[in-house]
Amino acid sequence: MPRNDYFLSGHGACPGCGVAIAVKNIMRVLGSETTVYVPASCLIVFSALYPTSAFKVPFFFTAFENTGAVITGIKAAHRRRGVQGNVVGFAGDGGTFDIGLQALSGAADRGEDVLYVCVDNEAYMNTGIQRSGATPFGAWTTTSPIGKRIQGNRRMKKDIMDVVIAHNPSYAATLSIAHFNDFIKKVDKAKKKKGFRFLHVLTPCVPGWKIESSRTVEIARLAVETGMWTLYEYEDGEARSTYRPQEMRPVTEYLQLQGRFRHMNNEDLNNLQRYLCNKWYYHYGHDIEQPVCRIYKGEKELHFDGDPLHGV
Amino acid sequence: MVMKVLSADHAVAWAVRRAKAEVIPAFPITPQTLIMELLAEFIADGEMDADLITAESEHSVMSIAVGASAGGVRTFTATASQGLALMHEMLYAAPQNRLPVVMVNVNRSLGAAAGIWVEHNDSMPERESGWLQVYVEDGQEALDMVLQAYRIAEDERVLLPIMVCLDGFILSHTVERVEVPEQEDVDAFLPRFKPAFALDPEDPSTINAIVPPEYAMEMRYQLDRTVERSKMVIKEVDEEFKERFGRGHGGLIDTYKMDDADHALICLGTATSTARAIVDELRSQGRKAGLIKLRFMRPFPHEELREVCSGLRAVGVFDRSIGFNRYGPVFTEVSSSLSGQGLKVTDHIGGLGGRDITLRDMRDIYAIIGSDAEGKEVKRVNWHGLRGVQT
Repeated sequence: MPRNDYFLSGHGACPGCGVAIAVKNIMRVLGSETTVYVPASCLIVFSALYPTSAFKVPFFFTAFENTGAVITGIKAAHRRRGVQGNVVGFAGDGGTFDIGLQALSGAADRGEDVLYVCVDNEAYMNTGIQRSGATPFGAWTTTSPIGKRIQGNRRMKKDIMDVVIAHNPSYAATLSIAHFNDFIKKVDKAKKKKGFRFLHVLTPCVPGWKIESSRTVEIARLAVETGMWTLYEYEDGEARSTYRPQEMRPVTEYLQLQGRFRHMNNEDLNNLQRYLCNKWYYHYGHDIEQPVCRIYKGEKELHFDGDPLHGV
Repeated sequence: MVMKVLSADHAVAWAVRRAKAEVIPAFPITPQTLIMELLAEFIADGEMDADLITAESEHSVMSIAVGASAGGVRTFTATASQGLALMHEMLYAAPQNRLPVVMVNVNRSLGAAAGIWVEHNDSMPERESGWLQVYVEDGQEALDMVLQAYRIAEDERVLLPIMVCLDGFILSHTVERVEVPEQEDVDAFLPRFKPAFALDPEDPSTINAIVPPEYAMEMRYQLDRTVERSKMVIKEVDEEFKERFGRGHGGLIDTYKMDDADHALICLGTATSTARAIVDELRSQGRKAGLIKLRFMRPFPHEELREVCSGLRAVGVFDRSIGFNRYGPVFTEVSSSLSGQGLKVTDHIGGLGGRDITLRDMRDIYAIIGSDAEGKEVKRVNWHGLRGVQT
């Protein structure tokens, strides 16, 4: 692992921020010959507040929905001027799944020679924890509150990887900050390839997920062990899983560490668990040992104290 | 020098080829399409070395343009109407980041009561975006102005984007005799772009951080002063262009028979040609009519207008756009320039949604300004070319 930092300490991220961990390590692998674009997000606010900047490489920002387009323009200029190295965009889940989807699709469709990284904390965290297309089923956000009639987000998380893969990129992969060797290998691969490359990183958010700041990496690991996050990569027209847990842990082990899920009733928990079982088969194949799926049968629901803002 | 018969859209494409723009993001929108189609042909035939990037929307077009310009290369794009409106958010990135993008906007009406014909209501609202904005009258001026625009935009005293506006269909699709200057003459006038700064790993810099209140206002002030300072550069560039190519376009404003005029019309775009014909007609009748061709809306030629209007008894303003509930935007700008001079000003709104501005309309406009000059009672705001009786 290279130890030269191009995303420097002293930035303004929350303690335990998954985005800061991901960006710091991705930048270590990408190295000095990298030009960074960041759209509207937590990252722009905590890394580049005039007159300071945490990036030790060329850095640009303009708006929210245009990561795929701006990196296209920068790369075109670099190609014309013979500038070496990668042009990378670090967009959040809102800037990728929702408002940025069109520009992402445009860049992927044209096969632009750029690296697009989606740092996914599963809601619009910069504006105060509002639901996005990346928010998982059941999660509390300020726009999917715990009401008397509707409790939490009612849609399953959008599968952005499938959307990107439908464009036949030269490389696409999911990353976890808890599975470090896998993380480094994939960033390195994405760095060296040409054409459109997409990395999707799960980045736990301390205030948005209502978690303890010391447990970011642990929770990222549990996401993989429970099937909430799957590690795989797509290249040369084929998808391949890069890490498979020994067994599928019950999703409640992942949920109970996060304040955003603590209101969930048994029916919702089982809905989510069934969805994850199907996802597990989808990603790891149907020929694996059965059964991997344990439907939650507990009498008691998760320990909800009535206030979703309370952490664990 | 080569003579060609070209539409103004194709004249623009020739100018972009001669200017050697390197990155050209494009999205099709009528009546801009002819520009991008011809550029695509130039590139496909190997006659022009540039990257034409077919984007998925105008918002992305301006995002790519901003990225490419920040990356340090000469960038061109073109749009119209709804496309310009979709770019609106991204327009602000170019001036505030001091990126000298040149864009042609082919003026066209916008929104419901939709149409594809000329109206200035698409570009006029963008006056406050920080872009410089020039309106041209014919194909030759369109070609020349794109070349001049790069010189102005890339001048280190300016470093601002420029929007060259031309009237949809009346100009964009009308073929005329146009002089296309030789490549070596253009190269001498417009050398290769040397960016003042660029995104480059060899010399890393952060461009466009989030700006807290402690600094933001000074940045706005600097931009405001730069737009003002660009007036000087616009005049210089037009003079140099005239020396090299034998024709100038007047810089900020151009005048016609204003030396002894006692009343005049302030006009922009293709309607200027119609107005010029009526001035000739009135002159032949011994009337002291004049014409002021307003070329730039940003920077707005406040002092120049005050000076040229100082001897007049009445002045009219032609607006091919409307600021709803009374005046057109050009009238509003002109009135603020001329305030305190005691000059009578009337607003003349016409040609909306592509309605023809006929010689008769223009004759009516001058008749009202003439009556105003003679001290007769006239309406301050007049719509021309309305059909039937409107209430």
